[in-house]
Amino acid sequence: MNFGDLPKGAMRTITTLWMAAMLALAPQVAAAQDVAAADTVEVADASADVAATTEAADAGAGYTPLGPDMIKGQPEPGAIDFQPQYTDDGEFAYKMHTYLLVPVITVISLFVLGLLLWVVVRYRRAKNPVPSKTTHNTLIEVVWTLVPVLVLVAIAIPSITLLARQYETPPEDAVTIKAIGYQWYWGYAYPDNGGFEVISNMMPEEDAIAAGLPAQLAVDNRMVVPANTPLRIQTTGADVIHSFAVPSLWFKIDAVPGRLNERLLTIKEPGIYYGQCSELCGARHGYMPIAVEALPRDQWEAWVLSKGGTIGEEAEIAVEDAQSAEDAAEAGDAEGVAAANAAAAAE
Amino acid sequence: MATTAENFPVHSEDHGHDADHKPGFFARWFMSTNHKDIGTLYLIFAIFAGIIGGAISGIMRAELAEPGIQVLGGVVTMLGGEAAFDQNLHMWNVLITAHGLIMVFFMVMPAMIGGFGNWFVPIMIGAPDMAFPRMNNISFWLTVAGFCSLLFSMFVPGGTGNGAGTGWTVYAPLSTSGSAGPAVDFAIFSLHLAGAGSILGATNFITTIFNMRAPGMTLHKMPLFVWSVLVTAFLLLLALPVLAAAITMLLTDRNFGTTFFDPAGGGDPVLYQHLFWFFGHPEVYIMILPGFGMVSQIVATFSRKPVFGYLGMAYAMVAIGVVGFIVWAHHMYTVGLDVNTKMYFTAATMVIAVPTGVKIFSWIATMWGGSLEFKSPMVWSLGFIFLFTVGGVTGVVLANGGVDDALHDTYYVVAHFHYVLSMGAVFSLFAGFYYWFPKMSGKMHSEFLSHLHFWTFFIGVNVIFFPQHFLGIQGMPRRYPDYTEAYAYWNEVSSIGYIIMAGSMVIFFVNLAYAFLAGRKAGDNPWGEGATTLEWTLSSPPPFHQFETLPVIEDHHDYHDHRPATA
Repeated sequence: MNFGDLPKGAMRTITTLWMAAMLALAPQVAAAQDVAAADTVEVADASADVAATTEAADAGAGYTPLGPDMIKGQPEPGAIDFQPQYTDDGEFAYKMHTYLLVPVITVISLFVLGLLLWVVVRYRRAKNPVPSKTTHNTLIEVVWTLVPVLVLVAIAIPSITLLARQYETPPEDAVTIKAIGYQWYWGYAYPDNGGFEVISNMMPEEDAIAAGLPAQLAVDNRMVVPANTPLRIQTTGADVIHSFAVPSLWFKIDAVPGRLNERLLTIKEPGIYYGQCSELCGARHGYMPIAVEALPRDQWEAWVLSKGGTIGEEAEIAVEDAQSAEDAAEAGDAEGVAAANAAAAAE
Repeated sequence: MATTAENFPVHSEDHGHDADHKPGFFARWFMSTNHKDIGTLYLIFAIFAGIIGGAISGIMRAELAEPGIQVLGGVVTMLGGEAAFDQNLHMWNVLITAHGLIMVFFMVMPAMIGGFGNWFVPIMIGAPDMAFPRMNNISFWLTVAGFCSLLFSMFVPGGTGNGAGTGWTVYAPLSTSGSAGPAVDFAIFSLHLAGAGSILGATNFITTIFNMRAPGMTLHKMPLFVWSVLVTAFLLLLALPVLAAAITMLLTDRNFGTTFFDPAGGGDPVLYQHLFWFFGHPEVYIMILPGFGMVSQIVATFSRKPVFGYLGMAYAMVAIGVVGFIVWAHHMYTVGLDVNTKMYFTAATMVIAVPTGVKIFSWIATMWGGSLEFKSPMVWSLGFIFLFTVGGVTGVVLANGGVDDALHDTYYVVAHFHYVLSMGAVFSLFAGFYYWFPKMSGKMHSEFLSHLHFWTFFIGVNVIFFPQHFLGIQGMPRRYPDYTEAYAYWNEVSSIGYIIMAGSMVIFFVNLAYAFLAGRKAGDNPWGEGATTLEWTLSSPPPFHQFETLPVIEDHHDYHDHRPATA
């Protein structure tokens, strides 16, 4: 299947040799990598510790992280189509792309190719030694201006509809989750549920493979959300611009410092949906994946409680507490960032 | 000249009044005021910059050939840094930044406007030179200085490692608080210099075209290449000052404590993006419009038929230029725009497809009924028309703000803009190069090698970039040095395509060497009766100063036969 297997094998051998040479000649390089990885974990621990309300152990009653069998949104090897969609808007957009845009652009490209091939064959010098002198034809010029306009109108109508759907205001009872981009990890705060914040780092490759999860996409702590429930996803950036993106949910919003972006998201079924930071944010831009874990409502509530969070009326009563907890969490973040900078400097 | 020449004894001996009197080597190439020599300098510079930019993309494709980080450490060491995990990743960002800036500002723009524009705009309108010859020279050397500043930035600290790792867009706050060290300052300075050079060049072209046309050469009789450069010059003149303002604000944010783009001081990072793309979108038309002009000339020449719908073609370019200024935010669909804003930019962006379609169909109609000869410039133009169409239709997909939520900042976008630039702009550059090379050098290149170059390049770039649509649709983000196993297959294919493309470029340079060493002498008009613009009435290469007696353009009904009545 993969016609690149041979060069790939060769490259792997070269890489192995190179790595071996590097290890032998410059152990500090390899060490630095380990240290870097370890540092991030420590930073995460630090932030999590300070984040006021997250003392509760992860293994709370009623919550077990979903296993690899529940991965629904991830890229497939060699695929040429979109990932399966798990939101209504995603399905709408997917259908618009697959049944309207792709046919239209394919037909246009083939039409132009066909015309080119026709003139190349029909009007080559050997076949047509004397050129015509035609340089104007008002009718055809009007036609090739107006027909594209009509095609574009046909595209614009569902396109505008899609935009209107994507910008629906979240209902009152939507669960608010705030995704905060840091260099280079994500924080997920739950202001409606006590204001605790989960820090999410990329899982080291070996751990991910050992757990049967995709390397470079798997994370230590996922963004756990209730399925079939309207979510009010808010994003912001703590240092530079990041972008919260999950392809299988047709969802992407930038996390901009000083701004709070908001969008409605309703995931149709429980599962794990992977995404990656999608705005250049510095050295480890490629190493801050996003993992959304959608659970049935009751299991999600159990998870919230296991994190020391609150549910329902309790949350409303505890609004003030939540506010102060959030402040504490932010203070924690500041320290986390400081720690990260210190770690970077130490390297 | 005559009076001053008498003061210099050396001049009294040679032909001081001869049109071909050339200054000495240093004065000719370093203090040039001759539009043809400056054009040649621009072309040599663009080829040199293209080799560097292309080599950088080779490093990028080697790194992306398989998952993991393999070659970046070596690059860091080679450039004098210390290889470590974060430093290697920072090097990736430096490479993508340098590749983008070099290809845009130091390859495509100098080649199209500085190179072919300088060489052929004055000749095509029957002028002896540009309006401001000395300013023309300043434009070129500012561009060179800008390039040096950019290269220098790769060797000074830029935060995590050496070099500016901000992407060619230089978004704040990554480019301000996110990048300590002088590298980003040098990159910004590079853009200032290149931008100043382009603004001066643009004023020069506008003045030349408006004031120095030969008698009878009305605006509506100008060759379409001149029209394309005129529209491009206006875009440059209106867009580049906005870039200059934006990056100057970056500089003061970085160095003088202002907070234009820092929310902590009441600024806004998104403001930078609006300013950048107000420049950046016209910029993409700046890179392609002269290509449109060249393809129009070439298609007409090798069809032996005037361009179909000349006025429609000229005003389609004007329309593209105007609409190009009001669609910038489609580069920013995910920053959190208002829904009405997004709807407007979706609709406005799609409008551009209409004048672009007019151009594609007019080129085909030009060939329709023609007598087509498939010389090298023609095959490159045919390749251009098809590949630009493919890049254009994926642009229509991306124009949809709602659909773009899945594709924004993925490899789909990379594939799209390389189809319109790496295939659109670059194919038109090669078409123009093969078209005018005999005129510029006086030597014929090898048609066989040019065709071989075309086919290998055509296959190479398609193998590189077509699979990137699949990667983007599957969700692979841009600007990633490393990726999950699922993206390995198409990345590997893409990297194989690079090898084909690189081999193709070897053929190009062999062809160039062949032409200079063993090429036949080119006649005044090697392309036959279809080549009707004024450059084909001159010798190959043209005299050092042409049109000392202005040509008179007769009033033909045919828009395109510009040959003087005496020719």
